[in-house]
Amino acid sequence: MSTIIQDCLEETCAINPHSIEDYQSEVPRWCKGCGDHGVLASLQRVMRKNNVDPENVVTVSGIGCSSRLPHYLRTYGFHGIHGRALPIATGVRLARPEMKTIVTMGDGDCFSIGGNHWLHAIRYNINALVLVLDNEIYALTKMQVSPTSPAGTRSNTTPRGTYLQPMNPIGIVVGMTNVSFVAQTATWLPAHLDETIERAWSHNGLSFVRILQRCPVFMPKAYGEGGLNFPLVFLDNEDGIPINPALLKRGPAEAHNQRDINEALKVAARVDPAPMGLIYHNPDLPAYEDIRHSRAKRPDHETFLDRLDKVMDRYAV
Amino acid sequence: MSGPRLVRLSEHIVEIVSDAGEGAQKAAVSFAQVCAKAGNGLWTVEIIPSEIQPPPHTTGSASGNRIRLAENPVTNVGNLANVVFAFNEMALLSRFEAGTVASDALILIDDQWAEHDIEAYRQSYRRVLNDVRNKGCRVMEIPLEKETLRHVDNPQRGKNMFALGLLCALYNKDLEIAKGVIANVFKKKSQEVIDTAIKLCVAGYQWGLDNFETSYEVPAVPTDAAKVAMNGNTALALGAIAAGFDLCSMYPITPATSASHVLSDMFEDFGGFVHQAEDEIAAIGVALGASWAGKTALTITSGPGMALKTEFQGLAVMTETPLVIVDVQRGGPSTGLPTKIEQGDLLHALYGAPGDAPKVVMAASTIEECYYILSVARRIAEQFRMLVIVLSDANLATGQQLFDRPDVSHTPRRAPLDLSPVPAGTLPYDWDPVTGLSHRLIPGQPGGMGVITSLNHDRNGKACYDSERNQRAHKMRSRKLAALQKSLQPPEIHGDPDGDLLMVGWGSTRGAIEEAVDMARKQGVKVSSINIQFLSPLPPGLKEIFSRFKKVMTVELNYSDDWGDPLITEESRRYGQLAWVLRATTLMDIDCYAKVPGRPYMPIEIRDEILRNVETPSEKVPAESHAKA
Ligand SMILES: Cc1ncc(C[n+]2csc(CCOP(=O)(O)OP(=O)(O)O)c2C)c(N)n1
Ligand code: SF4
Repeated sequence: MSTIIQDCLEETCAINPHSIEDYQSEVPRWCKGCGDHGVLASLQRVMRKNNVDPENVVTVSGIGCSSRLPHYLRTYGFHGIHGRALPIATGVRLARPEMKTIVTMGDGDCFSIGGNHWLHAIRYNINALVLVLDNEIYALTKMQVSPTSPAGTRSNTTPRGTYLQPMNPIGIVVGMTNVSFVAQTATWLPAHLDETIERAWSHNGLSFVRILQRCPVFMPKAYGEGGLNFPLVFLDNEDGIPINPALLKRGPAEAHNQRDINEALKVAARVDPAPMGLIYHNPDLPAYEDIRHSRAKRPDHETFLDRLDKVMDRYAV
Repeated sequence: MSGPRLVRLSEHIVEIVSDAGEGAQKAAVSFAQVCAKAGNGLWTVEIIPSEIQPPPHTTGSASGNRIRLAENPVTNVGNLANVVFAFNEMALLSRFEAGTVASDALILIDDQWAEHDIEAYRQSYRRVLNDVRNKGCRVMEIPLEKETLRHVDNPQRGKNMFALGLLCALYNKDLEIAKGVIANVFKKKSQEVIDTAIKLCVAGYQWGLDNFETSYEVPAVPTDAAKVAMNGNTALALGAIAAGFDLCSMYPITPATSASHVLSDMFEDFGGFVHQAEDEIAAIGVALGASWAGKTALTITSGPGMALKTEFQGLAVMTETPLVIVDVQRGGPSTGLPTKIEQGDLLHALYGAPGDAPKVVMAASTIEECYYILSVARRIAEQFRMLVIVLSDANLATGQQLFDRPDVSHTPRRAPLDLSPVPAGTLPYDWDPVTGLSHRLIPGQPGGMGVITSLNHDRNGKACYDSERNQRAHKMRSRKLAALQKSLQPPEIHGDPDGDLLMVGWGSTRGAIEEAVDMARKQGVKVSSINIQFLSPLPPGLKEIFSRFKKVMTVELNYSDDWGDPLITEESRRYGQLAWVLRATTLMDIDCYAKVPGRPYMPIEIRDEILRNVETPSEKVPAESHAKA
């Protein structure tokens, strides 16, 4: 069923008590044409579609243009510090596994300053929707090179062009031990973005979604001028991310088994054309917080005191 | 046979050292338990080799314990050792190199090295024993391995129990208590192991009775009061459980790690988690996230880890998220002296985070306090929505003290998370204009949705950049410290409320300072001391207390330039860290005795400093005449 028809049905039948406004707070302050607007809208649609109560959602971010998102999404938001969204989210997961958890970061935020946390969060496999809004540049600080900036990018710190090849974050994530969900999408493909976030939303584990994001202000030329002219291929699989026929105008589809790590590694190594869709999925890996909670049960008060007293016995003289 | 002549003493310090792995630790811990059960006051400190597997028969391999046993409760490691029981001469030498042995000490040493196959051992044995005899020590060579061999095949395993028996004879301890202790120490081993250990202990005891000319009696008052003995890190770990913490997030670092070992061993049984994060930044981030989500979290670390946590400290302060950080201080800067004590992180704790980041800083002064301090820290963190830094140190971390068994029934019952709805528009920072206090919202409360941010914000939590609201937010965060300060009591004065000299300490130097003050007072010196538990906010009444003494000085285990050092003048001298803080806050000329020996101060060192400072004319001393070597 298409999203639009379903929305209409739900509205008329009043199945869904939530409206988009329930997930809106401040008016976003991103630039006109910024891809971040699309990610916010897509999240709001997915949340509405899943009929989530906004008080049961936590949205954590770092610092950057992209990390402003929690200000505009009406949930319990935590706009943290640069690079450190994932540790905060890990704490939330350990403390309150019943809360739906979203993490938004920029490419500098996640791949550079937060690199250590990025790798380890994937290994922990916390149950969180992790969105990296990758505009291939440091935008908030006004155009410095990022780990994903294309070779030769002229930025304020590389005025004569970058010195290095860009990092391929998808290759790194798929190669990481305990990875459970990896997808790639783009802000100029709203339907695909919606479907990707929707698919990631229902994954129990860390769903890593790299969103190629337009930044018309500092990277107007990135991604073939914001997607106009960007070679990509849609990964096609029954259980993957649906490919709306209209999308095929943007690039061909290609069969891919996202359950097969070897296939996923091959796809992940490719950057041109960029693979779009669900690259790897293993629904059977336990989330870190579930493992931890299965081993630690808080006893009732009397048992608690009893156990503490027994511990004291060990040190008694 | 009459046995040894008995000498009564009010206290004694004995060090027991062997090569790592030879069992001096176990002998010492068992002997300490015998003393504790007998009712002696007690403080023990581990002697830890600097490497994991040091080469045997070297000074670097010395491993064991220092035990201070006394008639009365003991609050510190004490002065120079009166007895050293060494399993080889290099272990013995290491104690002299540490400078902690009295020049007239009794030395007990295994005599097997005198006729050892290896010529080098024979030589060094003779040389070291000659040296210590020349210093004035009495040396008693003990056929430790030879005697042990009469009872077991492998003397390596077992000589420590012979040594235990010997110590019981030396200190006139009841053998029956020792047997009970052995049975407990080896309770996970077979009955055969226990029986052999007891046999060896009895043999050692008998050997002692037959051969010692004198034995010591440190009288003890057996009490019915239940006592526990543990080190400060264990006390912190158990204290964290008793305080109701849900999560301890950490990254391994000496000397803090062993607290997380204890917690890891049992926290899950209490529904808690130890999360070993990928680094110290993540460790505090996880704790902060958990705390923001409504649970009670702490992170525990030492100096280098503290440095990494500073940005997150700022975030905790800015977002007013309750959080507790424990810093078990070690020698710095940088990797410094990882296993040794220093109180070098005070200013870092107070001012390490960039910007103005008001927070609570407290210091534990005894091992017992390590147990209770986290309950206080947690309450303050939650009531004031504040970051609380608790300072401990390597001395507390590895020393063992005897204290009253905590009554766990005082542990408060934990209320479930309050997730009741709040009216839409409830403010996340509903600051009381006087105290700066506000209620926090817990994720999951319907109606309370909103963002909290590291950016400056107003009562509604929203980012704002204008000067007026920036000034107000700073005021509100700072005001909470003033509100807390109002509830603090002036520190208790040890000694008279006025006099010639006041020694001001913080943290674990307390016991040694008070003991030094007592010694000096017996010599007629008008000296008193205080210990400051809250370093931020400082307790009320300090200036008033200080004004009643002719001179005030801090005693700290951190660096200060000495008067009389080349180039050091009143303008260039760098003071001890507490002195720095107190000079700034009281505008009084507060001096300091601040050094970095990498070990606790001995009370006699502080006593000597007291004497040096009252020998000078009792008028307030001008800076030049502070000059002293
Ligand atoms: C510790 C720290 N270092 C540097 C900064 C400055 N800073 C803020 S955002 C940013 C990079 C932003 O780039 P990115 O993460 O890609 O996000 P974008 O703004 O492009 O969405 C930097 C370097 C900071 N806030 N904190
Ligand atoms: S600078 Fe770029 S990334 Fe930032 S808001 Fe503007 S368009 Fe978006």
